[in-house]
Amino acid sequence: MGTEQIPLTDTPFTLAGRRLDSRLILGTGGFPRLETLAEAIRATATELVTIALRRIDPAARGSLVDVIEGCGVELLPNTAGCYTARDAVTTARLAREAFGTDWIKLEVIGDERTLLPDAPELLVAAEELVADGFTVLPYTNDDPILARRLEDVGCAAVMPLGSPIGSGMGIRNPYNLALIVDRASVPVILDAGVGTASDAALAMELGCDGVLCASAIARAHDPVAMAHAIRGAVEAGRLARGAGRIPRRLHATASSPDAGLADLTPPVQ
Amino acid sequence: MILVNGEPRERAGATIAELLADLGVEDRARGVAVAINGEIVPRATWDARRVAEGDRVEALTAMQGG
Repeated sequence: MGTEQIPLTDTPFTLAGRRLDSRLILGTGGFPRLETLAEAIRATATELVTIALRRIDPAARGSLVDVIEGCGVELLPNTAGCYTARDAVTTARLAREAFGTDWIKLEVIGDERTLLPDAPELLVAAEELVADGFTVLPYTNDDPILARRLEDVGCAAVMPLGSPIGSGMGIRNPYNLALIVDRASVPVILDAGVGTASDAALAMELGCDGVLCASAIARAHDPVAMAHAIRGAVEAGRLARGAGRIPRRLHATASSPDAGLADLTPPVQ
Repeated sequence: MILVNGEPRERAGATIAELLADLGVEDRARGVAVAINGEIVPRATWDARRVAEGDRVEALTAMQGG
């Protein structure tokens, strides 16, 4: 069933003044072939895909930029692999020079083992890049206070993790994510941790404005099928959030009425 | 001797545009950025800017990444 059959009354998703019809952002890392990436981009119906900046490989076959532009989507450079604010700021400026965009997915990583953000460095880099005119989209911990600080220094969104990058562990602390959503006045985009479609649906049900997903799609056994699944999950979760879930209760609440129940008592012998 | 993307090359005195051509990058290729010793070299200066002995040149482009 196509989404066009769902009566969408949702407000459009606006990120830093740009209207996006899709609430799913696709990371391009991990796809085995560029052809598969192109198919997955179409399957997600995304309008924004992330890329990294690395040394030119003269032996590389096919141009990633050509594939992305061929799909008619915008690219969002990241600062993946940066461990200091200084390196992240320089990488963002190089990305602006290379791609002519001042949008940056800001990542400042604390260690190789967890790939968790380094909060103090992240905040320093965010402030400097905002001052330099960047639209800063920071990958952050699921820490409501850090999210608030990032918003305060002028980030255009906050992108908390559900769990570490590539772990597929889903949303380990939905309560923190709900706290971030509750007070944020910029879009909240779940970034990292999605393992399968239900994780993306949960993020949206918790009130996230969007989901960024790479490994769950790229490293799935069938990346294109998973791209369809996660697209559907983001749409389903968004609809469910708007629809309003029923409260959780300890005991059952009958959905069939007691009134009019038949008397089936056997006759007394 | 200079370093281009970590590889030693006898190209001191070459312009950025010439070094990029060595890497197979066409003139004014989209999606390419260059730094010398950690400082960004604006695209507009690639024809004029020459590298000096001992410079570390980084020539970067888009790669798949989350």
